[in-house]
Amino acid sequence: MNIKPEEGSQVTIDICTPMSDDVVARLKAGDNVRISGILFTARDAAHKRLVGLLNEGKELPVDIRGQIIYYVGPAPAPPGRPIGSAGPTTSYRMDSYAPILMEHGLKGMIGKGSRSQDVRDAMVKFKAVYFAAIGGAGALLAKCVKASELVAYEDLGPEAIRKLTVEDFPAVVVNDVYGNDLYEDGVRKYRIG
Amino acid sequence: MREIRVSDVTAAVKRLCISANCNVPGETIAALKRAVEEEESPVGREVLKQILENHRIAREEGVPACQDTGVALVFLEVGQDVHFVGGDLYEAINDGVRQGYIEGYLRKSLVNDPLFKRVNTGDNTPAMIYTDIVPGTGLRITVAPKGGGAENMSGIAMLPPAAGVEGVKKFVVERVQKAGSNPCPPVVVGVGIGGTFDRVALLAKKALLRPVGSHNADPLYAELERELLTEVNRLGIGPQGFGGRTTALAVNVEYAPCHIASMPVAVNLNCHVGPHESIVL
Repeated sequence: MNIKPEEGSQVTIDICTPMSDDVVARLKAGDNVRISGILFTARDAAHKRLVGLLNEGKELPVDIRGQIIYYVGPAPAPPGRPIGSAGPTTSYRMDSYAPILMEHGLKGMIGKGSRSQDVRDAMVKFKAVYFAAIGGAGALLAKCVKASELVAYEDLGPEAIRKLTVEDFPAVVVNDVYGNDLYEDGVRKYRIG
Repeated sequence: MREIRVSDVTAAVKRLCISANCNVPGETIAALKRAVEEEESPVGREVLKQILENHRIAREEGVPACQDTGVALVFLEVGQDVHFVGGDLYEAINDGVRQGYIEGYLRKSLVNDPLFKRVNTGDNTPAMIYTDIVPGTGLRITVAPKGGGAENMSGIAMLPPAAGVEGVKKFVVERVQKAGSNPCPPVVVGVGIGGTFDRVALLAKKALLRPVGSHNADPLYAELERELLTEVNRLGIGPQGFGGRTTALAVNVEYAPCHIASMPVAVNLNCHVGPHESIVL
């Protein structure tokens, strides 16, 4: 599998979870990363429940401190595989939930598509980053998932929270702790007229 | 009169659900390969290569190209001299979707109630079924799984006729710009023009069923497709929205007659997977 950037493009940074503030501070918008360690999956319905718990002052079913949440609803695992197709879902739907999770220690999010100004401000304030993985590349990304364990909200089906063990999961830093945004910078560079 | 057993329809729909999710159309693959050659952005080229690698893995290993295996759209072209036997046709189609999504390890992405309960139906039914009656004794079934990411970026406008070609172009290009990275570019842009409020959305959706690289039979609309593709690719959104020249692989326009007072326009987007597959029974 060729997931190395070609000659002349940026270097690839290997990171492991959980991430410290130092690691987060080293990441800049546009950097290619390969993530190894744990990713927690959560999307719309799971976020609603997590934030509901925080608003009531209750404990979360998973410890998100230093961790990365991957916005994904994987396809069911075929026999002999840890997971089915597993690409990112569109992130803006989680925008209203993301800041409070960062306030409680979340250090990273993986999805696709741009984030609201509130989320970007929260990343600067609480020292967190937003990564994009390639939307629609579910078959390719599933190959980086070595294990998957259901940890909360089984009733939500594809929206349940899973703990994924990943190796060299490819992503790109979109928003960093300095307020940069790859989507804005990239489009500005190639827009005609 | 020709008889078709609905159990044959079930079997066909089941096969199409699985196959359409795992096999990206050949014309789309060809367009992605051309885009790798033409893309100026290094990051964009790398993204396109990874997308092609993803589509190869999906095809060779029989896994869905994208985890969002969508809502099952089922388009029927039913010959008027066909008689269905052995049960209810729409139930047979839903059986096919149910079997396909469960046995094919495809993600079930439907909730029963859009607002209050939002409980997953568990088997990806009901399918969205569209039926056209056509001459003859054949049955053409097209299954087009439609994911939420691109679908959510759709738009419709009831333009005044005075808005003209420029009004249509402005609306389409602005929709794609507003969608940005969300629909997983490079996208296929389906455009419907004319008909009514409801019909124009279906036209835009049907435009997505056309092969990438094909053009409307009417030269004026074919030219509009080329112009729109050029304008969309000037936006700079590029593969995955990281910046680049390849924002769309194709713009497909379908049109229909409409009221003297009206000019409805609809935009429906597909991602770079854009799954759809047909069979004739």
